[in-house]
Amino acid sequence: MANESILSVKDLRVRFRTLDGVVDAVKGINLNVRAGETVAVVGESGSGKSQTMMAAMNLLASNGEATGAVEYRGKNLLTLSKQELNKVRGRKITMIFQEPMTSLDPLYTIGNQLMEPIMRHRGLGAAQARAEALRLLELVKIPDPERRLKSYPHEMSGGQRQRVMIAMALANDPDILIADEPTTALDVTIQAQILALLAELQRKLGMAIVFITHDLGIVRRFADRVYVMRSGEVVEEGQADELFANPQHPYTKMLLAAEPTGRKAPPPGNAPILLEGRNVEVEFKIGGGFLAGPPMLLKAVDRISVTLKRGQTIGIVGESGSGKSTLGRALLRLLPSEGSIRFGSHDLSKADRSDMRPLRRELQLVFQDPFGSLSPRMTVGQIITEGLLVHEPSLSGKERDARAVEALREVGLDPAMRNRYPHEFSGGQRQRIAIARAMILKPKVVVLDEPTSALDRSVQKQIVELLRNLQADHDLSYLFISHDLAVVRAMSDYIIVMKQGKIVEEGPTEEIFGDPREPYTKTLMAAAIDETKFRQSV
Amino acid sequence: MTDTVVAAPVVGRSLWGDAWARLKANKAAMFSLYYLVFMAVVCVVGPYFVPHQYTTIYADYVRTPPSLSAYPKTEMIETALSDVVKRMRVDLKEWKQEGEQVFMTLASTKPIDERNVRYIDRSDTFDGGKVESKSADGLSMVVSASIKQQYFFFGTDNVGRDQLSRTLMAGRISLAIGLLAGVVAVVIGVVYGATAGFMGGKTDEVMMRIVDVLYSLPFIFFVIMLVVFFGRNFVLMFLAVGAVLWLDMARIVRGQALSIRRQEYVQAAEALGVRSRGIVQRHVIPNLLGPVVIYMTLLVPQVIILESFLSFLGLGVQEPMTSWGVLISVGAKNIGTANWLLLFPAFFLVSTLFALNFIGDGLRDALDPKDR
Repeated sequence: MANESILSVKDLRVRFRTLDGVVDAVKGINLNVRAGETVAVVGESGSGKSQTMMAAMNLLASNGEATGAVEYRGKNLLTLSKQELNKVRGRKITMIFQEPMTSLDPLYTIGNQLMEPIMRHRGLGAAQARAEALRLLELVKIPDPERRLKSYPHEMSGGQRQRVMIAMALANDPDILIADEPTTALDVTIQAQILALLAELQRKLGMAIVFITHDLGIVRRFADRVYVMRSGEVVEEGQADELFANPQHPYTKMLLAAEPTGRKAPPPGNAPILLEGRNVEVEFKIGGGFLAGPPMLLKAVDRISVTLKRGQTIGIVGESGSGKSTLGRALLRLLPSEGSIRFGSHDLSKADRSDMRPLRRELQLVFQDPFGSLSPRMTVGQIITEGLLVHEPSLSGKERDARAVEALREVGLDPAMRNRYPHEFSGGQRQRIAIARAMILKPKVVVLDEPTSALDRSVQKQIVELLRNLQADHDLSYLFISHDLAVVRAMSDYIIVMKQGKIVEEGPTEEIFGDPREPYTKTLMAAAIDETKFRQSV
Repeated sequence: MTDTVVAAPVVGRSLWGDAWARLKANKAAMFSLYYLVFMAVVCVVGPYFVPHQYTTIYADYVRTPPSLSAYPKTEMIETALSDVVKRMRVDLKEWKQEGEQVFMTLASTKPIDERNVRYIDRSDTFDGGKVESKSADGLSMVVSASIKQQYFFFGTDNVGRDQLSRTLMAGRISLAIGLLAGVVAVVIGVVYGATAGFMGGKTDEVMMRIVDVLYSLPFIFFVIMLVVFFGRNFVLMFLAVGAVLWLDMARIVRGQALSIRRQEYVQAAEALGVRSRGIVQRHVIPNLLGPVVIYMTLLVPQVIILESFLSFLGLGVQEPMTSWGVLISVGAKNIGTANWLLLFPAFFLVSTLFALNFIGDGLRDALDPKDR
């Protein structure tokens, strides 16, 4: 690592002018990237890690302003003219982003999108560019690259799209590849593959990688040096192995220990069965119509049986598209389904909307995205008490307000905030609001659809604890849907592993984690356990 | 969270509050807003302060150019005098002006009837005609009259009506039609579109096909039909214009409603057991008001233009009532001889449309900022 430093950030400050005055996103940080090394910038959302790189690439939002210096081989990128900057940006320093879905143009084939920058930057002809694009696709290990050149982005999976993004970033032989949370939107197994690919490409091509992530666990295998950022400042930096072995700053320690801990004991054997689904089936029609012929049928949930007892938490695990969210919604009769569903003494199989209405208060749902699940134009108080309007219409405004205060306290929020609007809260706080909305009705069964996936690790831990406490206090039953095995393990006493709408394996948590039988469960574990083991060793 | 004292709730800043703050920071939009309010006040209150009725015809002042000083001008007095005298069927021997008064010596071959003096009062230029002295044979007399001071800041039109009061009256009509037809279009469009978008499926299909059918009806044909059935009526204008423009609105709102329907907070409300009406009321409509408000600011100018088009064809506002569109079409015909007939109403219309568009732009930036 005696290489010269090729990118150095010196006393970089980024500020945004907003309605509430000037916000300092980055408060004078120093970073160094040497040729061929991997640097990880780690921090939770709002720590300024992405804004640092956006400032370096001159991609800040229009109300942002950067001061200080970002030097690439001696040139200060902040003061370069646009023309000069473009010689560096996108050629020598390239970026890949979190969301491979939106970073590709849906109207052009992969081949077109790969060839265009090659032809423009290197002045190659179409045939040569095509050969080059093919080489790149092979480099990022896309199966059948010849055919894939003609595919459109929507025909590819998230992992493949991210590979294409990487191929595009590599097209002009960059010195530095900035990867901004490149695996966050992907499933665990795909995540591991992409990380392995990046590591391999680096060995082969010798570029430097700046890896921005909120998850310290991911970068351990991968980074040479780590910067830990918090609210716009670097709180700790160092060689990866040293930092992981011996974290100095309490914040780093907290991040490393942010894995949800504890286990849930199974309910007593004589606990009554609350919700029972037998051979539940959900089909989606795709396409079809008057002239388009019969629709294609997709079985999202294929004859699945679930039995949820009082006080039990069933974890439903699976990758995206496995039908786990669909199953959760079908059990609450939010989607039409086949098969029988019973809740206590009620048969829900044939219940329509109005039959379901009185039961809704006992069957609640918490969504994944705390940004999308709260109506942006209602106050928190209104959001939480909306269910009361339906189920206890006799309550006066004052009584409802009192219930809102009570519910907010229960989820650990300051009740004084009930007249604020959702956008004034952080992700974790919003998820608490969403939980309060479900809890105010005193439900018996709550379906938790990835309630922690959109949150930072340390916040995840708090939400998991909150959910467990609520369960103990109110004797709730949970259906916990997640792709995150660590969280599922801490939450549930029974686990169902799903793939393509079918149950692959099910059993008590310890059995599944300790002795997975099916190969699919094993791969799933292997992808996640690596991290988990490491965390436990810290 | 163990404290039992409930702190007084902190008042949050809603998205509307945010939007208002952003709009206030937008100078062009705020200036336009003030301008529009000013324009509305001037058009509504102004006609009461203008000394001329918008219907009064000043035969002496046909196509008078605009001027800040009072009429009649000196050279106009003589023409006006000879006009009056001709009507009295006498000869003007001589005349002189003393301040506000004119003295004229009239002569005739027959004795002059004193009652003839009333012709002086009938003129738009003179007032208070009075016989000062009379010759013994009655063949000549000295008559005095005061000159009526008239102001025509915007000039007068082809038949001698004050252009200022007409422009202001026209503004009342144009703004009223713009606003009312806009509101009609918005109300029908929002309710229809939100219902179609929210219900989805077959209902949506049927409702939107009805919209498509209505789209294919020629607008003019539709208006003529209305006129045939109900006769020419001012209210009909609102209905006709509103009934045509709600189609666009319905489409926009339906698109919005479809996407809001898929939002998780709507699903959450369904999971809470909220009825469709509650969802439309509490979730769908408040969240689509943003685009609706924006579209409405763009709709109002469209309505104003449509109205002028109808009036131009003679299907809209009827004389002596007027609107900016009517005034402009008259002005356009006289652009060579009396350009003020075009300039003033055109300036009013154009500046109002500009202001509306700036407000629309400002609202769009304020209501859906890209960086959120």
